[in-house]
Amino acid sequence: MLSIKNLYASVEGHEILKGINLEVQAGQVHAIMGPNGSGKSTLAAVLSGREGYDVTQGTVLYDGKDLLELAPEERAREGLFLAFQYPVEIPGVNTSYFLRTALNEIRKHHGKESISSVKFLQLIREKLKMVEMDEKFLKRSVNEGFSGGEKKRNEVLQMAVLEPRLAVLDETDSGLDIDALKIVANGVNMLRHENNAFIVITHYQRLLNYIVPDFVHVLYQGKIVRSGDKDLALHLEDYGYDWIKESNETKD
Amino acid sequence: MPEDLEMLEHFTNQEYKYGFVSEIESESIAKGLNEETIRILSQKKLEPLWMLEWRLKAFAHWQKMEEPRWANVKFDPINYQDIVYYSAPKKASSPKNLDEIDPAILEMYTKLGIPIHEQEKLTGVAVDAVLDSVSVATTFKGKLADLGIIFCSFSEAVREHPELIKTFLGSVVPAGDNFYAALNSAVFSDGSFIYIPKGVRCPMELSTYFRINAQFTGQFERTLIIAEEGAYVSYLEGCTAPMRDENQLHAAVVELIAMDNAQIKYSTVQNWYPGDKQGKGGIYNFVTKRGLCKGVHSKISWTQVETGSAITWKYPGCILQGDHSVGEFYSVALTNHFQQADTGTKMIHIGKNTSSTIVSKGISAGFGQNSYRGQVKILKSATHARNFSQCDSLLIGDKCGAHTFPYIEVKNSTAQVEHEATTSKIGEDQIFYLNQRGISTEDAVSMIVNGFCKQVLGELPMEFAVEAQKLLGVSLEGSVG
Repeated sequence: MLSIKNLYASVEGHEILKGINLEVQAGQVHAIMGPNGSGKSTLAAVLSGREGYDVTQGTVLYDGKDLLELAPEERAREGLFLAFQYPVEIPGVNTSYFLRTALNEIRKHHGKESISSVKFLQLIREKLKMVEMDEKFLKRSVNEGFSGGEKKRNEVLQMAVLEPRLAVLDETDSGLDIDALKIVANGVNMLRHENNAFIVITHYQRLLNYIVPDFVHVLYQGKIVRSGDKDLALHLEDYGYDWIKESNETKD
Repeated sequence: MPEDLEMLEHFTNQEYKYGFVSEIESESIAKGLNEETIRILSQKKLEPLWMLEWRLKAFAHWQKMEEPRWANVKFDPINYQDIVYYSAPKKASSPKNLDEIDPAILEMYTKLGIPIHEQEKLTGVAVDAVLDSVSVATTFKGKLADLGIIFCSFSEAVREHPELIKTFLGSVVPAGDNFYAALNSAVFSDGSFIYIPKGVRCPMELSTYFRINAQFTGQFERTLIIAEEGAYVSYLEGCTAPMRDENQLHAAVVELIAMDNAQIKYSTVQNWYPGDKQGKGGIYNFVTKRGLCKGVHSKISWTQVETGSAITWKYPGCILQGDHSVGEFYSVALTNHFQQADTGTKMIHIGKNTSSTIVSKGISAGFGQNSYRGQVKILKSATHARNFSQCDSLLIGDKCGAHTFPYIEVKNSTAQVEHEATTSKIGEDQIFYLNQRGISTEDAVSMIVNGFCKQVLGELPMEFAVEAQKLLGVSLEGSVG
């Protein structure tokens, strides 16, 4: 589904990603871990097409298409979803209206007709249950005045409604208490199926107790320096990132 | 970042879609302004002598006045002798019904999205359409007449209801109020007149569409609305003009009078031609609008969505004379390219327990300059008067400007006055967030701007709120991309 080859990217002239290679197949969950400043969020930004990130080398194929050639909205319509680390507030724009507009853009892209308000309401009620959110959220402006936990749940709600093929979760666990973390993880687990895939970016192993990954990759100084299964995350938990730093330096 | 600027520039480049000129035969008088012009104009309109005298008095006053220069707008001096003060479609001599109207006019209104026939039947909105100087169609007249409501062109009111006109014309905006009001008083051509009798709630939205069609013509319409005790009316005006290289002057006067417990809701969707991307051409929209809350518990609400005109200069205000009277002003003003707007309101509190609310949303894009200018005046007699003002500005790009000039004058210590103001820039983060959900940049900007204006758009009658939303989107298309 996603094939990243030798990806280099820089921000304002500083090279952040230095040769990333990653293959993601349908049905898989990949966790990307790493210390602060290792390039985790840059990877998410490059995949979603955020401005200000320059890809200097390498290729990213998504379902056989050159992902980097697509505008951010085209990537989204093709089924790439980014759960933001810092969801943005949009004052005056009703959450329900925003979500319906987004869903209809995606449907239009796939040649489907717009969803009726009645059907949309049915759909969203069902999805709200999944993230244990109250219907009154729909009437509020997008993320405005939401608590940190509410914002993150809103990201998962959007993911549930838009049903992406590839979801990138950028530190969705940061700032969540254990209850909210469970709700978010639960939502993700319910959405997992054989035709979609997840890239879960996290600093801590904690989230991976609830979203059990098929693969764990450790990102350090812009490169994936270790890959393994879920035990790699546990190992990191026990030994910390210093273990990676030290072993990497000795290797160099 | 240069990339954003490119984006912004691209988005602000959208053509004005109402810029067509219709081939309608019209009858005009020669350019220029003097007593003779006014006499001819009055004669053409078959006016009674008192009306002509009123005009001439205003003209004499105007000649002694000077063009005001205090607004935060820049323009070359206007040559008032180079304007045509009267132009009328030839076939339009007092039509009895829609069948008598020149089909070309009806077709033009259809182009503008105002199918008069359709509107009459479907929407239940009574429409008066003013083309250049003359009112060409007033629908639904019969139905309204059954309730005692008068909704007709201003010229007709002068002929048919002289007592009402004599009593109320100039009672809120005196002929010598300001330079443009005096000019209008001398040369006003047509407009709408509404009278709602005691205790009557007007059952439908009343609406007027103004259109400047002929070249070198100024439009000087006059609107007068009177709501008797306990009456209610909601009125909406819309305006468009063709694309012309020269600037055209529009100087209207609107007067509203609300008696005891009466309520008037006045909404404007102003989309005069704004000029091209280089700032050439466009309408100078210099308008005086004022409402008098004469009776106790009366209420006047102004709602305006100003997206057009090269220069907008207007301050729809309320004189809160009756005790417990309420004044409201909800405004969205958008300036793109080289448009300039200096707009706001005046709330004059005279009666006890009077209250006013001001919500102003200014959006600037391109090289647009947007100023809010508002006056809140609480007189000594206005015990326990209250005002709340909120002025928010949204900037799109880095070459535009937003300015706020609030004037607050309080002469009674029991008064409560609150003023809040914010200025924000449309965020790349917001646009990217919406992009990442599959929404294009143009739609994203439109969504963010509409969200910003929500509080004001919510005050518009339902069917027009949708139109206004689209208009904001269209006016900004090309400003980010």
